[in-house]
Amino acid sequence: MSEKKSVSKRKKRPLTPKRKEQSRREFLRASVLTVGVVGVSLMGYIPVMQGKTLSLRPPGALKTPEDEQEFFASCIKCGQCVQVCPVEAIKLADLPDGFGIGLPYIDAREQACDFSCDGLQCVLACPTGALTHDLDYPADTRMGFARLSRPKACLAMQGKGFKGQARGPDYEGLLRYEEVDRWNPIPVADYPYDLEICDLCVRQCPIEIRITQCEENASDNDQQQLARVAQQMGNECPPKHAITLEPVDLGDGVKRMKPVVQEGCVGCGVCEMICPVESAAIVIDLDKNADTVMEG
Amino acid sequence: MRYIKDSLLQVFGYKIPRPSKDQQSPEVRAIYESKMGKLSKADLEALHIEHKGTTFFKKWQKRRWATLIIVNLLFVASFYFDVQLVEGSLTGARVVGFHFADLNAALQVALAYKHIVLNLVIGMVTVFIMWMLLGGRTFCSWVCPYHLLSEVAEYLHLWLAKKKIIKNRTFSRKVRSVFYVIFALLALVTGYTVFETISPTGILSRALIYGPGIALVWVGFLLLFEVFYSRRAWCRYVCPIGVTYGMVGVFSPVRVKYNAEACHHEGDCRKVCLVPHVLDLTIRNGAAEVNQDVASDCTRCGMCVDICPTDSLTFEVKGLSKMLK
Repeated sequence: MSEKKSVSKRKKRPLTPKRKEQSRREFLRASVLTVGVVGVSLMGYIPVMQGKTLSLRPPGALKTPEDEQEFFASCIKCGQCVQVCPVEAIKLADLPDGFGIGLPYIDAREQACDFSCDGLQCVLACPTGALTHDLDYPADTRMGFARLSRPKACLAMQGKGFKGQARGPDYEGLLRYEEVDRWNPIPVADYPYDLEICDLCVRQCPIEIRITQCEENASDNDQQQLARVAQQMGNECPPKHAITLEPVDLGDGVKRMKPVVQEGCVGCGVCEMICPVESAAIVIDLDKNADTVMEG
Repeated sequence: MRYIKDSLLQVFGYKIPRPSKDQQSPEVRAIYESKMGKLSKADLEALHIEHKGTTFFKKWQKRRWATLIIVNLLFVASFYFDVQLVEGSLTGARVVGFHFADLNAALQVALAYKHIVLNLVIGMVTVFIMWMLLGGRTFCSWVCPYHLLSEVAEYLHLWLAKKKIIKNRTFSRKVRSVFYVIFALLALVTGYTVFETISPTGILSRALIYGPGIALVWVGFLLLFEVFYSRRAWCRYVCPIGVTYGMVGVFSPVRVKYNAEACHHEGDCRKVCLVPHVLDLTIRNGAAEVNQDVASDCTRCGMCVDICPTDSLTFEVKGLSKMLK
C-alpha cells in the first residue's frame, strides 16, 4: 500500500530476488489477514440486523423501542453495572449477539430489576453515559411495557388465589420485601404467599409499592416528615399507576379480577418474574414503552 | 525528537533506516571497529550460562507474569468478594472509585457514539497519564490477559518450529496501521464498536470476571492460529490497542536502554522479542550512539533484558536513573 513512501532520503539498496519474493508474500498474507479479520468482526452485524439482539436493558439505556444503536455505540462493555446490582439482574451478552457482545441485558423471568438499590446504582456506575444519567427515579425509566399475554392462564382471571412460593422452592431469584428487610433483597422462595385472589404482579410491582408508601406517608399529614422521607429514600413518588387489578364479569357468577397495565409501567419485569404460572401470563414487550403507548 | 519520530514510524509498521556512517557518533564507530572478530557459538553459550544460569523463568518474566496475574485477579476478587477495589473490567474500570478507561475502547466508543461524557474523559486522561509514566505498551505485556496466553502459545509454536513440524509465516507489519485506521473508521461510520466484538483483551477480561462464554472460542482460534501459522500474529499485526499504547509510550520515561559497548550482536534478544524490529539497533552498525533507547513500540516485557548475556540491554527510568546515581 505504501510502496511509494520512502522512509529515508537515502537511496535504498535494491532488494535481492529472495527478499522481493518474501515481501510480496508478506503483502499478500497481510491483505488476506485484513479481509479475514475485518470480515469476522463485521459478521457481528448479522444478529443485530436480524433483530436478535433486542433485549430488556438496564434502566436508563440509551435506546428507543425500535433502535438500540445508540446503546451499542455508547457502552464500553465493562460490566460495572453488573457489579453494583444488588439483585444481580444484569448479565452481559455473549458472542452470538455480535456487536452486542459485552452489552448488559436483563432476563426478567430469571431475575428482574426490582429497583431495590433505590438510587439506580447501574446508572450511577456507568462510565460512558450508555445508561443515561438524566434519570433520577425508577418511575423515570423506560425499559419496556408489560402486557397480559396469556389472560386465560392468569390465576386472577380464573378467579383463583395463590398459596405457596411464587416460583417454587428451587427458584433462586431475589426481591426486596421491605417488611422483612429494608435494605437487602431475599430469595423469593423464602417468602411464601397465601392470597385469596392472586395479585402478585400488582402486589410486587415496584412502582405500585412506591405509590403505596407515598400515600401512607402523605396521610401522616406531616409534610415536613414526608419531604425528609422522600429525600432519604431517594424514591420520588411515581406520578402514575403502573398496574392495577380490576374486576371482570364474564357473566358466570365467578369473581374474577384482571391485571390491567397502566401508563406508569416502566417495564422492569418484576410482574413477569413473580407470575406463578408457567410460562408467565404477563410479559414485558420491548417494542413499546410508557411514552410510545401514550402517544399511540 | 528523533526518538519520537522513530518510535511513531515503528508503531505504524515502518522500518527505521540504519544510521549511515556519518550519522553515527565517533564513539560508537570506534566501538564497532574494535569488535571485528566474531564470538564462537561455544563462547556465547558459556557466557549465557555464566550470566543467567539455565532456569526457565527469568527475573523480569517472573515479575511480569506475577504482575499480570495479580492485576487480573484483583478485578476478579473485587467482584467476587464485593470489595470495591478494582471494579469493572479492562475496558473500563473504577479503581478505588476513580474512573479508568482503556484508551482504545474509549476511542471506539467516542467514534461510534460521537459524544463523550465527562466521566469517560476523566477515565481516559487518568489512563493516559498512567501509561505515559509506566511505558505505554507496558499494558500489553504486564496487564493484557491475552498476552499471557499468547506467550504460552508462543512456546508451543517455537517448539513445533524447532521440530520442523511447522513453519512461521510473517506478515507485512504495516497491516497494523491499516487495521487501526479501518477499525477507527468502522466505529465512526457504522456507529458500532466493531473492534470490541473480536477483541480478545475485552473478551478474556470479561470471561475472567463475569464467567466464560462462547466468545472464548474466538480466542482459542486466535491462539491456534498463532501456534500453527504465525508467531504472535494478533499482537504483532492486528491489535489496535497495541498501536494506541505504542503512541502513548512515545512520551514515557520507562524504557529499555541499549549500550553498544559490550554487545556481541549475536541476536539472542531479537529471538525472544515480541516486537523484534525495535531491537534492530542491536545489529552491528545499527546504533547511532553508544547509549540509545529502544523505541516505544517495545512492550517493556524485559525478555531481552533477561536474555542478554552482556547486560547491554537494561531497564531505565529517564531522569530517575540519574537522580539515583
